Amino acid sequence: MFNLTNKVALVTGATGGIGQAIARQLHAQGATVVLSGTREAVLAERAAELGGERVHVVAADLSDPAAADQLVARAEEVAGAPLDILVNNAGLTRDTLAIRMKDEDWSKVIEVDLASPFRLCRAALKGMLRRRAGRIISIASVVGTTGNAGQANYAAAKAGMVGMTKSLAQEAGSRGVTLNVVAPGFIATAMTDVLPEAQKEKLVGSIPLARMGTPDDVASAVVYLASDEAAWVTGATLHVNGGMAMI
Amino acid sequence: MSEIADKVKKIVVEHLGVEESKVTPEASFIDDLGADSLDTVELVMAFEEAFNVEIPEDAAEKITTVKDAIDYIEAQKAA
Repeated sequence: MFNLTNKVALVTGATGGIGQAIARQLHAQGATVVLSGTREAVLAERAAELGGERVHVVAADLSDPAAADQLVARAEEVAGAPLDILVNNAGLTRDTLAIRMKDEDWSKVIEVDLASPFRLCRAALKGMLRRRAGRIISIASVVGTTGNAGQANYAAAKAGMVGMTKSLAQEAGSRGVTLNVVAPGFIATAMTDVLPEAQKEKLVGSIPLARMGTPDDVASAVVYLASDEAAWVTGATLHVNGGMAMI
Repeated sequence: MSEIADKVKKIVVEHLGVEESKVTPEASFIDDLGADSLDTVELVMAFEEAFNVEIPEDAAEKITTVKDAIDYIEAQKAA
């Protein structure tokens, strides 16, 4: 089950907690992984953590449209094989209430969290459609469905990712290429570690499974959608949120 | 047959996996050669790459037969 031997996977945002777990789990299932992110030194560390075999590194700043356009080709070059699995995991936030949100906060988040995944999908699809195979998994967020005060830009980008995925899934379906979304809820990462205890307790209180999620909870969903076993699942959003929002 | 016509035919044969004899000038990609809408878009992109021309969306929509493709590319190359 979920055997990814001989598959090549590109994971963007591989320096972050969730990206790292995704790369680790895909690698553990046998895939060759290409780690991408902006911080080259951290990428090298992550690659070393995976033992150095079947792992490659390509630094790229996805706020640059040209870098996003070229990333798939660069990943295929270092891996020496066509891309089977694309995981759009890179993203950033510029949280603030709308009345204080600057155009720049809006456009930066839309650019990196929505436009760059589109560019990566477009580049990956060209080859995948020709080869009649491929898996694209995009990491959205529960706030794309529920909304969240202070995250108008981020929620819009993540909701956009769902609409984009459904459209591309319809375009690519006849070629056996699937596109799906994983929408995490509250995940324990370096970012949430710093929250005050009381606030964390309140957050956990709203989750039926009574704990924060882990990066591995998200990564396992990605492994499933990347596998041959998920061949008949496309255009879907898999919510991984401990039951916090049952949608 | 012109060099362009030969090359167009070759691309169509390769891309759609059809027999060369079926790729007549009048053959319609969709009705005669079994292409779907995604194939026609991929064909247009293959023509663009092979001939180094740009085929805008409105022109691409009118390219429905092998002859349409040859005529369009020949006109672009002559211009």
